Amino acid sequence: MSVADLTALTAAAAVAAIERGELDAGELFGAYREAAAADDLNAYLWVAGEAPEPAAPGAPLAGVPLAVKDLFCTEGVPSQAGSKILEGYRPPYTASVVARLASAGAPLLGKTNQDEFAMGSSNENSAFGPVRNPWDRMRVPGGSSGGSAAAVAAGSAPWALGTDTGGSIRQPAALCGIVGMKPTYGTVSRYGMIAFASSLDQAGPLTRDVTDAALLLRHMVGRDERDSTSVDFPAARKRQLAAGKSVIDLPSRESLKGIRLGVPEELTAGAEGIEAGVLASFDATLKLAEGLGAIVETCRLPHAPHALSAYYVLAPAEASSNLARYDGVRYGLRVDDAGDLVQLYTGTRSQGFGAEVKRRIMLGTYSLSSGYYDAYYGRAQRVRTKIADDFRTVFASFDFVVTPTAPTVAFELGALTADPLAMYLNDYCTVPMSLAGIPAISIPSGLSEGLPVGFQLAGPAFSENAILDAAFALERAIGFDAAAGRTV
Amino acid sequence: MIDREQVLHVARLARLELSEEEVSRMSEELSAVLGHIEKIGELDLDAVPATTHVVEVSNALRPDVVAPSLPRDVALASAPSVADGGFRVPSPQAG
Repeated sequence: MSVADLTALTAAAAVAAIERGELDAGELFGAYREAAAADDLNAYLWVAGEAPEPAAPGAPLAGVPLAVKDLFCTEGVPSQAGSKILEGYRPPYTASVVARLASAGAPLLGKTNQDEFAMGSSNENSAFGPVRNPWDRMRVPGGSSGGSAAAVAAGSAPWALGTDTGGSIRQPAALCGIVGMKPTYGTVSRYGMIAFASSLDQAGPLTRDVTDAALLLRHMVGRDERDSTSVDFPAARKRQLAAGKSVIDLPSRESLKGIRLGVPEELTAGAEGIEAGVLASFDATLKLAEGLGAIVETCRLPHAPHALSAYYVLAPAEASSNLARYDGVRYGLRVDDAGDLVQLYTGTRSQGFGAEVKRRIMLGTYSLSSGYYDAYYGRAQRVRTKIADDFRTVFASFDFVVTPTAPTVAFELGALTADPLAMYLNDYCTVPMSLAGIPAISIPSGLSEGLPVGFQLAGPAFSENAILDAAFALERAIGFDAAAGRTV
Repeated sequence: MIDREQVLHVARLARLELSEEEVSRMSEELSAVLGHIEKIGELDLDAVPATTHVVEVSNALRPDVVAPSLPRDVALASAPSVADGGFRVPSPQAG
């Protein structure tokens, strides 16, 4: 098979072909390494130089390689979180989820570009230059997991790991025409993920289709002793003990008969700033869902319009604390101009952080500073409770909440860089789920102006299997043609 | 809303040194973002508890067992400056 033939297979199809003996895992790795090394979207910050050890016999992912967002620590391999302050940093250990996937048979193909410390919605905040969208190279791939999304969309990686704090998996997946899933908070270990906002950060898959998302997620989830906020799926232990079965099933549903989809007015037609073409694709998908037997009705998330405000208090506050560790002492950049300790810290941080990171550190430091805590952080934590309550109320009468993933299609490079607030609005429809800690997936629903549109499906905590099943049925009905984004 | 003095105060707390241009831009941008954020001040939240964790986890305990951790030389390998088996820093008193 040619490189193009090999890289045209979905990850699940490649696993199956290797298991049938029709495809050699080493050959597949070579094809992807070649494709990744030839990438001209700036999607990669590092590509594996040599072939990995062959996967253990019977390893469920059979040696199908994985692209990993830069902020996952990988032992001996640059892990810079898109930041100059970590330039050249090679960690002494590997993130739990990357190690888990490697032992399941998914070796590291490369590290993907991202917004610095995952702060951004366009990938323009990377210290290593922006990533281009394979559908239109003058446009952004979204962010912050923009390199992972662009690599998967362009076909230079079979699948990729990203992280989602307020939409950083789902929004780039939408803008690049692929599938991206943010699992329930805590179901995937954060150990070894360079932290942005710890109460929101969650790792998840970026893949070509829903089946691949389920297959990758299956080998990511599970409690990790090294992350005390990680949890097992409630039913996991029983099921595993009963049959040695996986917690995440591969989706198979073809109908949506009796499934109740709630359309929150606040995040759809009632919201300002959602493009007409995006709403048209969303409405067309709802029609398809009805055709599959779903019941589509309006619902209310009254506090959702306040989600972005609460998020831009909480996430920068947590970031300002997490990023205090970059001080020029233990790793990364050190600017030591013969001053005292405070000058070492200040010089290092001022030169090492980019503009958006500084802005968020300032915002977070301000809202946590004496006299402002109650008005900002305290209130935002209460808004967060109201948002989670809103979802709980809706899920009493609906199976899922559905919205467009992002308010617009991919925008031009530079279009929003001068206006931070306009950039933040990209996360309008994804932030509420993050604050509530619930799982959500974005699947491509069609094109607007020739560019991909994402459809978001969110469910209650731990409803991953149901979400994947419903997304699978919709994916078949939509029949999205990803070929235009495939540039390899 | 956020004036120059406040920007400089917060920058000091955050151990950031801003150029004159950064100070005035930060003042404008933070004011715009905080203006948006302040809408949550309109909500009645008095009886609402704050979220501390989105998924119920209580007492995530593990057995208190001694186990090997990162060897010192490995932990120091990435440090920009090392002395006597530790991270070297300038004196906090020097100046």
